[in-house]
Amino acid sequence: MSLLSIFDIAGSALSAQSQRMNVSASNLANADSVVGPDGEPYRARQVVFQVNPPAGQALGQEIGGVRVAGVVQDQSPLKQVYDPTHPMANEQGYIFMPNVDPVAETVNMIAASRSYQANVEVLNTAKQLMAKTLTLGQ
Amino acid sequence: MLDRLSEDFRFLQQSLSLRAQRQEVLSSNVANADTPNYKARDFDFKTAMDNALGERLRLPDTALSLTSARHIPGKAVSPSPVELQYRLPYQPSLDGNTVDMDAERVRFADNTMHYQSSLQLLSNRIRTMLSAIQE
Repeated sequence: MSLLSIFDIAGSALSAQSQRMNVSASNLANADSVVGPDGEPYRARQVVFQVNPPAGQALGQEIGGVRVAGVVQDQSPLKQVYDPTHPMANEQGYIFMPNVDPVAETVNMIAASRSYQANVEVLNTAKQLMAKTLTLGQ
Repeated sequence: MLDRLSEDFRFLQQSLSLRAQRQEVLSSNVANADTPNYKARDFDFKTAMDNALGERLRLPDTALSLTSARHIPGKAVSPSPVELQYRLPYQPSLDGNTVDMDAERVRFADNTMHYQSSLQLLSNRIRTMLSAIQE
């Protein structure tokens, strides 16, 4: 419980937001990946955030950083595209494309970078406060 | 003599430590701005300061000593001066999150200023005491 733990809290948010950006980048990069490593079309992935309070705090008074509880696959239906000349087309001439929504992913990316910046600012402020505290009485 | 010195610093010291704690709570709000179902927390500084300085006696936390593996552990924790509360949301988001980033940022900056001014006051106080000692 001190200014030092702000570094933990904001740091956890930094890594969580950067993981969110990573997942978003992966979705955007694979927006046209018809076949993934498992032979199926790529499915969009999303991170799930969770509060991560350190142990030893009073019940109902917990505060803490954030952690990525998991990366879930988007189960919405895949996009069907009619392209009979494609090597992966089925007998009706359709291929299944990933269910990535590029617009939503772009928005997600911007939101993640804004949150990242906000946390960097928190970190900087905490750093300045600590530096000032160190010069107390001089 | 030293006792009186520390008594003199107690108010500002307490204010600094509460400001640091509030800074932590606010940074937790900013960190969890995208966490589903997270509710923004804060505490009332005045009440916390009153509790910390007031006559309310704070006993050390005690626990029952266990002499058998089948005893139920008992613990008495005296309340801390800080009582975290939930913020009333103006515009909660669909995922149940009540962090309003603008408001949190403003409060964070406000708290930073208060921390710095307490720090400055304490610093001046220490310098005053030092020059009194050196006279």
